[in-house]
Amino acid sequence: MKVTVHVWRQKNASAAGKFVTYPMDDISPDMSFLEMLDVLNDRLEERGEEPVAFESDCREGICGNCSMVINGTPHGPMRNTTACQLHMRSFSDGEDIYIEPWRAKAFPPIKDLVVDRGALDRVIQAGGYISVRTGSAQDANALPIPKLDVDLAMDAATCIGCGACVAACPNSSAMLFTAAKISHLGLLPQGQTERMERVRNMVRQHDDELFGSCTNYGECQDACPKGISINFIGHLNRDFLKANFLKVKNPRREVESQ
Amino acid sequence: MTLDSNIPEGPIQDKWDNHRFSMKLVNPANKRKYSIIVVGTGLAGASAAASFAELGYKVKAFCYQDSARRAHSIAAQGGINAAKNYPNDGDSVWRLFYDTVKGGDYRSREANVYRLAQISTNIIDQCVAQGVPFARDYGGLLDNRSFGGAQVSRTFYARGQTGQQLLLGAYQALSKEVARGQVELVTNTEMQDLVVVDGHAKGIIVRDLRTGELSMHAADAVVLATGGYSNVFYLSTNAMGCNVTAAWRAHKRGAFFANPCYTQIHPTCIPVSGDHQSKLTLMSESLRNDGRIWVPRDKDETRRASDIPEEDRYYYLEERYPSFGNLVPRDVASRNAKERCDSGFGVGQTGLGVYLDFRDSINRLGENAVRERYGNLFEMYERITDESPYKVPMRIFPAPHYTMGGLWVDYNLMSNLPGLFVIGEANFSDHGSNRLGASALMQGLADGYFVIPYTIGNYLARQTPGSVTTEASEFSQVESEVRDRIETIVNLDGERSVDSVHRELGRLMWNECGMERNADGLQGALKEIPSIRDQFWQNASVPGTSGELNQTLERAMRIADFLEFAEVMCTDAYERNESCGGHFRSEYQTEEGEALRNDEDYSYVAAWEFNGVGQKPTLHKEPLAFDHVPLTQRSYK
Ligand SMILES: Cc1cc2nc3c(=O)[nH]c(=O)nc-3n(C[C@H](O)[C@H](O)[C@H](O)COP(=O)(O)OP(=O)(O)OC[C@H]3O[C@@H](n4cnc5c(N)ncnc54)[C@H](O)[C@@H]3O)c2cc1C
Ligand code: FES
Repeated sequence: MKVTVHVWRQKNASAAGKFVTYPMDDISPDMSFLEMLDVLNDRLEERGEEPVAFESDCREGICGNCSMVINGTPHGPMRNTTACQLHMRSFSDGEDIYIEPWRAKAFPPIKDLVVDRGALDRVIQAGGYISVRTGSAQDANALPIPKLDVDLAMDAATCIGCGACVAACPNSSAMLFTAAKISHLGLLPQGQTERMERVRNMVRQHDDELFGSCTNYGECQDACPKGISINFIGHLNRDFLKANFLKVKNPRREVESQ
Repeated sequence: MTLDSNIPEGPIQDKWDNHRFSMKLVNPANKRKYSIIVVGTGLAGASAAASFAELGYKVKAFCYQDSARRAHSIAAQGGINAAKNYPNDGDSVWRLFYDTVKGGDYRSREANVYRLAQISTNIIDQCVAQGVPFARDYGGLLDNRSFGGAQVSRTFYARGQTGQQLLLGAYQALSKEVARGQVELVTNTEMQDLVVVDGHAKGIIVRDLRTGELSMHAADAVVLATGGYSNVFYLSTNAMGCNVTAAWRAHKRGAFFANPCYTQIHPTCIPVSGDHQSKLTLMSESLRNDGRIWVPRDKDETRRASDIPEEDRYYYLEERYPSFGNLVPRDVASRNAKERCDSGFGVGQTGLGVYLDFRDSINRLGENAVRERYGNLFEMYERITDESPYKVPMRIFPAPHYTMGGLWVDYNLMSNLPGLFVIGEANFSDHGSNRLGASALMQGLADGYFVIPYTIGNYLARQTPGSVTTEASEFSQVESEVRDRIETIVNLDGERSVDSVHRELGRLMWNECGMERNADGLQGALKEIPSIRDQFWQNASVPGTSGELNQTLERAMRIADFLEFAEVMCTDAYERNESCGGHFRSEYQTEEGEALRNDEDYSYVAAWEFNGVGQKPTLHKEPLAFDHVPLTQRSYK
């Protein structure tokens, strides 16, 4: 099949970017989308031109590396599918395909389709964990956990940290990402001790990173390649209100915990 | 040079306890004076870095991805083994030990494997405490499944995303230590070389992948947790960036490479669809529980699979191995698929595939029951191939998946270079010549959480903290060598894309040093590798500069290392005149076509010493003794 790809090319953070058009005329519908880009890059390399920079590693939809907006949608047209799992048969012969990076204030551009997503890691570092030292755990079955709770926690924990939710959100909010981690840990008994501090600290970091606030557009949920539900943001909001209420009621504990 | 595995004295059950008692300790107040470099933040590296930091050591951790959470470990699907015996079906530390030694076809170190089985239970406790959402039953207790033909159910899992959940647990533990300031995490950074000072590993040279800047880092010890080298085959189930670079650079600086020819080929992967193929996708082994494997009896069969009547289908595993049928071990299933395809019976456009058919299970159990068990896998398959396994048989083909070989380490996980520790898939330690399903995650976390935090202290306690800094002349020396190499590579301006060279190497390795090897083929490969290497240095094209994000340059540097490494892999395969586990030499097989070991002459670890590119490496042997698991010949008839 033939397609025409228009790729966002930007040399570095300070250079201006623009779409560059590449006609691709011998594409197999069985190729993955990224393999189509590989073919393009191979040709550019053979001609001594700089290939398109884009991230990918697992190419199985689990590492969260691949990150590009395809025809206006993060990860492209197929629901619950990362860019690396998308195949060319999802496009029609002769189609024009526009490929851009994630765009958000919190994700500074690096080159072409690559942006800096370090902000997501810093949100986790602010509290997205359970503080258990190696070796200090009790027997794994000492604490039964209702299956439904674990299943729900697992639904949240499947987040791959790709940032599509941010790219999709008109406010560039990372609330779905943040809520997924808060819900994963907050739904489990092991996560209770630090639950209130966690939500406060992670939300503070989220805001410090220049992610926008959530105003319930719901675009994030549609763009999420793992189908993570926006209901988890409700969970975060409840915890956040409760945490701030407790902070007002019990300032001493707050001081001690810092 | 004598290879001392430093296996502790005493009965096998007590070795680890005795050793932990006899090792030197670093005084708690002194720990903060010691610094440790950890390269890699997969399961092994992240768990080690977090645990070191909790103990009080200063840690610097490096990975080439943009986040520690994206290491290749994230992709593991099936599960993690542990001898918890929660199902009460007769599992024990001894049984896990026994199964692992036997499964490794008697080419692993008994003492290491025993320790691994002992520690396995602590791993599950630790992960659950971190919030890893393992599957549970309706009573709220942990669920187990049987995996990879094991006779007991000892595999813990989190849907089909066990690796992801375990890695997130370790990544979160690491993030906690980053927040405390105990770990400095350096992402987007690739180790380029190891710095050895007075015979001890004391630092590394790294390249910032986004700016191209080189920097030097010194520490009291260096830990490599950089994963396996399956991508020497170009096509494998490994992530695109998996490489041998860190291990190979350490090898060139003196660390021995052990058993490089031990590689595992996984039988159930989605076949290649064309030349554009960039990597292969694994389909869970569990599919073989209900799917039947077959090829047409007639080479020239043209009918659609569903129109081929029973009598014209050859269910070759069921016929050849009546007692195990479709559930024969990975290596046997893989080899038989290759044999059928090589004989011209393969299916699909390329002829490199066999059918895995669910028709009979669907008839027997109903489509819903099959969907319940394999729904997500069928979906993944359909997404890639555009065919529904509910309607037509899946097509599968074997693919490189895991490498048992790696840098040689002693019982303390220290290489022959003092101060250089190697953990996870990057070392050679526990799986012998074949790894059992769900045991890589176990080993990576055992190494990182529960072995190296102790054993590194035993080394550090003998070192003066901070005695070597980047001021040492070795650092600038190695840095300038790295710089020269990068400049040479970035200035290659031939006509071939670097991937095309990698593909050529991969094809050669797959044909001659893959699932089945023989002396002639290996000798041929040893002749051909240097000419592919020349192609690279003379004809590859690397556009762009070294002072920026340059992904072609990154790949080119990894390929340059694979092109050197491939030789020691073939040499090892050539010199091992026997078949064992994943190393199948067609000259050495039983009448039934099984791997024929030669215990008399080859019960040893082959540890290779580097002598220069293109020079034959020197073989050092570490003899293996089997005092607890009697040597037997496998048979699955
Ligand atoms: C598809 C698939 C499914 C699997 N399923 C299972 C399973 O169900 N059960 C099981 O037990 N095992 C499974 N395995 C095997 C298992 O996943 C791996 O063996 C294991 O995760 C390896 O972990 P690791 O920590 O050693 O290395 P990795 O996770 O590969 O991590 C390597 C780290 O090193 C870094 N790195 C590498 N080179 C450099 C360098 N030069 N400079 C800086 N950093 C570097 C990387 O950034 C990364 O952080 C599976 C493997 C595959 C491919
Ligand atoms: S490359 Fe890993 S999710 Fe796409």
